[in-house]
Amino acid sequence: MSGTATSLSTPCSILLRQPLGFSRSSSLWTTKHERYGRRRANDFPAVTARLELKPPPYPLNALEPHMSQETLSYHWGKHHRGYVENLNKQIMGTDLDGMSLEDIIILTYNKGVILPPFNNAAQVWNHELFWDSMKPGGGGKPTSHLLELIQRDFGSFETFLNEFKTAASSQFGSGWAWLAYKANRLDVGNAVNPRPADDDKKLVVVKSPNAVNPLVWGYLPLLVIDVWEHAYFLDYENGRSDFITIFMEKLVSWDAVSIRLEMAKAQTAKRERQDLKRRELEERNADDDPVVEMYLDSDSDVSEAE
Amino acid sequence: MALRTLLSRRTLAATVRPELGSFLGLRNLVTFSLPDLLYDYGALEPAISGEIMQLHHQKHHQAYVTNYNKALEQLELAVSKGDVSSVVKLQSALKFNGGGHVNHSIFWKNLAPAREGGGEPPKGSLGWAIDTEFGSLETLISKMSTQGATLQGSGWVWLGVDKDLKKLVVETTANQDPLVTKGATLVPLIGIDVWEHAYYLQYKNVRPDYLNNIWKVINWKYATEVYEKECPVH
Repeated sequence: MSGTATSLSTPCSILLRQPLGFSRSSSLWTTKHERYGRRRANDFPAVTARLELKPPPYPLNALEPHMSQETLSYHWGKHHRGYVENLNKQIMGTDLDGMSLEDIIILTYNKGVILPPFNNAAQVWNHELFWDSMKPGGGGKPTSHLLELIQRDFGSFETFLNEFKTAASSQFGSGWAWLAYKANRLDVGNAVNPRPADDDKKLVVVKSPNAVNPLVWGYLPLLVIDVWEHAYFLDYENGRSDFITIFMEKLVSWDAVSIRLEMAKAQTAKRERQDLKRRELEERNADDDPVVEMYLDSDSDVSEAE
Repeated sequence: MALRTLLSRRTLAATVRPELGSFLGLRNLVTFSLPDLLYDYGALEPAISGEIMQLHHQKHHQAYVTNYNKALEQLELAVSKGDVSSVVKLQSALKFNGGGHVNHSIFWKNLAPAREGGGEPPKGSLGWAIDTEFGSLETLISKMSTQGATLQGSGWVWLGVDKDLKKLVVETTANQDPLVTKGATLVPLIGIDVWEHAYYLQYKNVRPDYLNNIWKVINWKYATEVYEKECPVH
């Protein structure tokens, strides 16, 4: 238990001061520091916190006829399980063992130079959100605050629908299409956004290849559709666009998206409070520091213009 | 097949405005059509089911051809208007759909029913080159199967020859990127499709089983012909 944040390597210490994901398994967040400290202390035998295969929040036949039991039994029972088992094998006994899934994703994304456990870790996270994004008797239109935000940020629900469907159908190869909450966040560990504005807190539609998810860009995902062929091939064969239409009309769980929106907003508010605290602290410290002047080389990019 | 290609090229080409093309000094648009297979859909069973072959050829490959032709038409228009940003924007669709057409056209020739020589090891200079480069055919097969199995998402695993260095290479490409994206001098000998649509109906999530079985219908004779063309024996 003797490990402290100061003994961590740089990317981890940045990460610990700046939580990026928002996990439903919040216990992983709260115990993360101790867990990680224990791992680094090396005085103890490895304590392995194996990541679990979470089942969908409904029986495997509950989405029939839009998503067959056969599809779900392979998709959850084989693909999702495979990602969990392979991830556990990859991280066992490493520094990643015992960290939250979100932390593993961000660390192994490694600013785009992907490390081996990334694909499995992100695929576990993506599939958990995908199961939660659907429900029996889903579809229809979102309500209240979520609908207002969709209308504010896309113009209308129909425009959003088109954008989302286009993102999902135009993702070349395997990947995902997302509705995400884009809070303002600088990609610098200890920085404070100098100009936070309400406009930054927007809903956006994005797509991503293979296992990549918007957590790595600092966005908070609310809804996802899996457009790997294994998600729809048994039911729709090559008809990806049919699958996307049915997903939006019959499967999407707007209740779940609404709940995640509230979680995302709460997470953002928490980040802002932390930013504010940090800024106050920095301002206090700045009074003690000598003034450092910086010179910018304004001629440096002239050659580009020729 | 040649006649069909010719006919459809003419028909489709006639739909573009030739007067605009000739006014601007552009060639008439050449469009592409789905090549026929040299064997029946069911002829590769049990390694690859007839259902997979039919869908793969008639739906997937057809979609790449259709969308490549569409992108070409849009490209022609954008070029004729001098609309550079549209030309640039079209590159991803051209690469994806054009690559899909190129890759699948090779893939069909890479396969042959077992009774027509599918799976028979390469003879002659390619066989020697494989032994020299990889130790044995089994080592090469195992290397390609492993790389195909671990490829994340959709893509292809290739045996190619570098036509300048006269050297065999194993490469993987993502999505529908053709082998040439890994080097301008690379010529594909064998390309194996590891998109899920290539095996899912039969092998489900077990891509390694598909990769294990596909060697039983690989057409090494075709690969040898391409190799000998690029690396003639003196």
